[in-house]
Amino acid sequence: MKGLIGRKVGMNQMFDDQGNVIPVTIIYMEPNKIIEKKTDEKFGYNALKLGIEEKKESRFNKPELGMFAKLEMKPLSTIKEVRFDKNAIDKTKVGEYIDVTIFEVGARVNVEGTSKGRGFAGWMKRHGFKGGPGSHGSHEVHRRPGSIGANTFPGRVILGKRMAGHFGNERVTTLNIKIVKVDKEKNLLIVKGAVPGAMNSLVIVKQA
Amino acid sequence: MAKLNIDKIQKDFELDTKKHDDHAFNVGDTVDVSVKIEEGGKSRIQKYRGIVISKKGAGTKKTFTVRKISQGIGVERIFPLFSPSISDVKVIKKGIVRRAKLNYMRKRTGKAAVKVD
Repeated sequence: MKGLIGRKVGMNQMFDDQGNVIPVTIIYMEPNKIIEKKTDEKFGYNALKLGIEEKKESRFNKPELGMFAKLEMKPLSTIKEVRFDKNAIDKTKVGEYIDVTIFEVGARVNVEGTSKGRGFAGWMKRHGFKGGPGSHGSHEVHRRPGSIGANTFPGRVILGKRMAGHFGNERVTTLNIKIVKVDKEKNLLIVKGAVPGAMNSLVIVKQA
Repeated sequence: MAKLNIDKIQKDFELDTKKHDDHAFNVGDTVDVSVKIEEGGKSRIQKYRGIVISKKGAGTKKTFTVRKISQGIGVERIFPLFSPSISDVKVIKKGIVRRAKLNYMRKRTGKAAVKVD
């Protein structure tokens, strides 16, 4: 178990040795600072509290500043907890950095992020339903849901019926994606395929 | 939220992954494309000759389309410009054209189909 926090840069493409094009997502991962170690004895699970991105002190509130003052480090704006193995935690110290090199090329990871918000989306976009016919006499029923239930029995709409509503802006995880490249100098993690979220959005990469 | 310099990261990434430089040719040119082919563990180079009818894309995503007439049938192949399997693009004949996309070549038959003027 290991993972890091980073930001999605966007997609691009690469060539493999055979000359095939691979679609890739670039994730920028500045070295994550260890803020706290959480171990089994005290918390019931093993994890590291990681932080990235320094910000002006005036942007923090007093409790946050107090927490960082106690640790004698500059305040960090983005803090997340990631599960780690016990022996990996033992090797680290609070205040140290973990960089992308903990990931190897070819290994598989899960990437968590917040999907792009689509607002109040219709039934076709939200659930991928077909909608009405484009022509052949259909009148203003191209993107409508049609019937949503039966008759007097059951006399109500079934609970959980998929309809229009808020879509996106929720936590999504892409599972088992392959690491194509690890760039230590530029702090980049290149993974194959798409990753949830917009450009510049926060992602957590965890070992699959 | 810290803002990333996304354009710079993307550009640097493209420079890093680029396997070779841009081949110099234009739309309308007759070219010989040297394509590496792997067969049973051996690799050889095959040449594909035709007229470049389109160039598109940006950065390392650039592609070009080469059209030729093979046994009376029009054949088009789209090559990624920076693909490692393309070792060379040699210009055989320069073509003078007024358009960026030579889609009109598809309608041509006979001798007119193999030359631009």
